[in-house]
Amino acid sequence: MLQEAALTETKTETHPVTGADLLLRALEKETVEVIFGYPGGAVLPIYDKLYHSKILHVLPRHEQGGIHAAEGYARISGKPGVVIATSGPGATNIVTGLADAMMDSLPLIVFTGQVATGVIGSDAFQEADILGITTPITKYNYQVRSIEDIPRIVKEAFYIASTGRPGPVLIDIPKDIAAGVSVQPEAEKEVNLPGYQPTLKPNYLQVRKLTEAVSRSKKPVILAGAGVLHGRASKELKEYAEQQQIPVIHTLLGLGGFPANHPLFIGMAGMHGCYAANMGLTECDLLINIGARFDDRLTGNLQHFAPHAAVAHIDIDPAEIGKNVPTSIPIVADAKEALDQLILQDGKPPAHKEWMETIMRWQEEYPYFYDKESAGLKPQKVMEMLHSKTDGNAIVVTDVGQHQMWAAQYYRFNNADKWVTSGGLGTMGFGFPASIGAQLADPEACVLAICGDGGFQMSTQELAIIQEMNLPVKIIIFNNMALGMVRQWQEIFYESRFSHSKIPVQPSFVKLAEAYGIKGYVIQSEAEAEELLDEVLHNREPVLIDFRVDPDENVYPMIAPGKGLHEMVGVKP
Amino acid sequence: MKRVICLTVMNRPGVLNRITNLFSKRNFNIESISVGLSEHEGMSRITCVVHVEDSSASEQITKQLNKQIDVIKVTDITDQSIVARELALIKVQAVPYTRNEIYSLIEPFRASVIDVSKDSMTVQITGESDKVEAFIELIKPYGIKELARTGTTAFPRGTQRTSQQSKSYSIV
Ligand SMILES: Cc1ncc(C[n+]2csc(CCOP(=O)(O)OP(=O)(O)O)c2C)c(N)n1
Repeated sequence: MLQEAALTETKTETHPVTGADLLLRALEKETVEVIFGYPGGAVLPIYDKLYHSKILHVLPRHEQGGIHAAEGYARISGKPGVVIATSGPGATNIVTGLADAMMDSLPLIVFTGQVATGVIGSDAFQEADILGITTPITKYNYQVRSIEDIPRIVKEAFYIASTGRPGPVLIDIPKDIAAGVSVQPEAEKEVNLPGYQPTLKPNYLQVRKLTEAVSRSKKPVILAGAGVLHGRASKELKEYAEQQQIPVIHTLLGLGGFPANHPLFIGMAGMHGCYAANMGLTECDLLINIGARFDDRLTGNLQHFAPHAAVAHIDIDPAEIGKNVPTSIPIVADAKEALDQLILQDGKPPAHKEWMETIMRWQEEYPYFYDKESAGLKPQKVMEMLHSKTDGNAIVVTDVGQHQMWAAQYYRFNNADKWVTSGGLGTMGFGFPASIGAQLADPEACVLAICGDGGFQMSTQELAIIQEMNLPVKIIIFNNMALGMVRQWQEIFYESRFSHSKIPVQPSFVKLAEAYGIKGYVIQSEAEAEELLDEVLHNREPVLIDFRVDPDENVYPMIAPGKGLHEMVGVKP
Repeated sequence: MKRVICLTVMNRPGVLNRITNLFSKRNFNIESISVGLSEHEGMSRITCVVHVEDSSASEQITKQLNKQIDVIKVTDITDQSIVARELALIKVQAVPYTRNEIYSLIEPFRASVIDVSKDSMTVQITGESDKVEAFIELIKPYGIKELARTGTTAFPRGTQRTSQQSKSYSIV
């Protein structure tokens, strides 16, 4: 009886249904688990409804931290990260995150408050033309003009953000729309977007063509990008590479798509990639790009890029094919679908014994190196220790700079979806908040937030989230008392004129951590590192470790801007 | 080279902004853009005339436009047999003794005079932009006070020629 009464009570709605109600229902329908949001005037009607919502709400201490956290969440969970910001300054504070997510194809749903419909365009208090501002850095954006549109728009937005080539979608909601009462009954509408029909299945003829090209090839390589990860296709990539015995090179963002400990893995290519990978791209006769976009930090000078290769390019975004590199075998498809088809072909593997030997020789002769005898604490050594002490199974989230490149080089990823970094935009301040999102997406995982002393100071305020939620993120600062990557460029290209790149005056990061109730340590030597890492990496508590690494260390090998991949410097000690 | 690109787009708020934004973001050189309703309700038709370096650049433009959610269809119709028209309004200085001369220029171009005042007249001309261009050059010496061009709007002809011979006939 009691149950029945409760049922009828929820059925008959006594309260009028507002725009904010419709919004939260739509989010529940999309099974949203967490929202990264920051309140303010224009979103108060939404926040009032969130008061009773079951969805977890995380309050960053700056909207930019919130959107970066949502990016980390999206990268690890594969689900869109959801963000709410108020109008005006709240909305403009998320611009960097949108640009970052757009560049790295991360699905986000971002709600911004807007001034009431009647005053839009009048420079009202906290009004910003966020549609105009974000048009070039969103996959799509909406302004809600009528309350009844909310369910459809939210549904479309999730569809757009998470299908095809993923990306951020922004929904701008005027305050009166969120607060207003819906008069029509909620109608379920199918997504109808005639202009948006991503191609998933590969063209059969092109698949045949590639299969034949592989059989004929003497020097094939696969270049695997983040498309393999977004397409959840790492299993298929491994199967295909093994079937055809094709060696695999990764882009920065693709790391983990193919196991680093696999005999067919060559390494990461690009500006700070390994010798064998960059030479592999230069010397190959068949280059199979799967889900990479031939970014300039990968290709170096295009004139010297893969000069002898026939290029095949598998990408879900047709506009990427042929954008930077002429392509003879274009395959517009989802990575998984394309690889499935290629595996089915079961073509004759190439006869490429010599090529494999050449690659092996490059790998043996030109591995990554650093001075292992040096007295100081070498950042590369720390990275190797982090790898071994986590069995290569941690989720590694980085900021931008030297430490990011060392993580890419020395934390050898054997599994997919363990790597979060800002590649396309190179956003300092990204790493630490992104690690928070990554931890929320995988609460059991050991998450390493690897930051430089510079970039960490762009988002220290998010220590508050760690404190509040007691998230066991391990904050690892590679402290070289400098904006290291800038210092390196000034050393190499500007005759060591270190203009504003050294930061000898620093806060005590340990005390900063302690201010938020987080344990902090300074580590100066390998021996100290050994001991501490054993202790802190395996417990469920947050920690901040300030590693005082060698301030003069540079990232090598390196390709100077404008040079070709074969013109690496610093390939040998 | 010059390319004529036709788009069919959903008539949604911000769609024109997205498209023009794309041109500036991708550094595409745009000569003209004309927009209006199409035969389908809720859809508009846009004709862009762009200058590109080579065919891969025009392919990039087409692909980037196609990627827009609100864009239903994109065709580079440059190499097809097309009808392309532009309209220009030209207010030209006209004192009594030049008026007849101007009229004599207007006639072979099948332009028309749509407004006359004491010291000026306004001419309307339609045609392919080469023709409009040629007419403007002819009329320039009389003193153009105001000029407004719509930009080209175009679509493929009902029947396509099989050979791609270039035009050898007069533009008039
Ligand atoms: C928001 C932002 N501003 C500036 C830069 C340019 N930049 C790239 S790397 C770098 C230095 C980073 O220094 P730090 O965080 O200490 O890391 P390190 O390179 O020392 O490991 C700078 C300033 C950037 N990428 N992002």
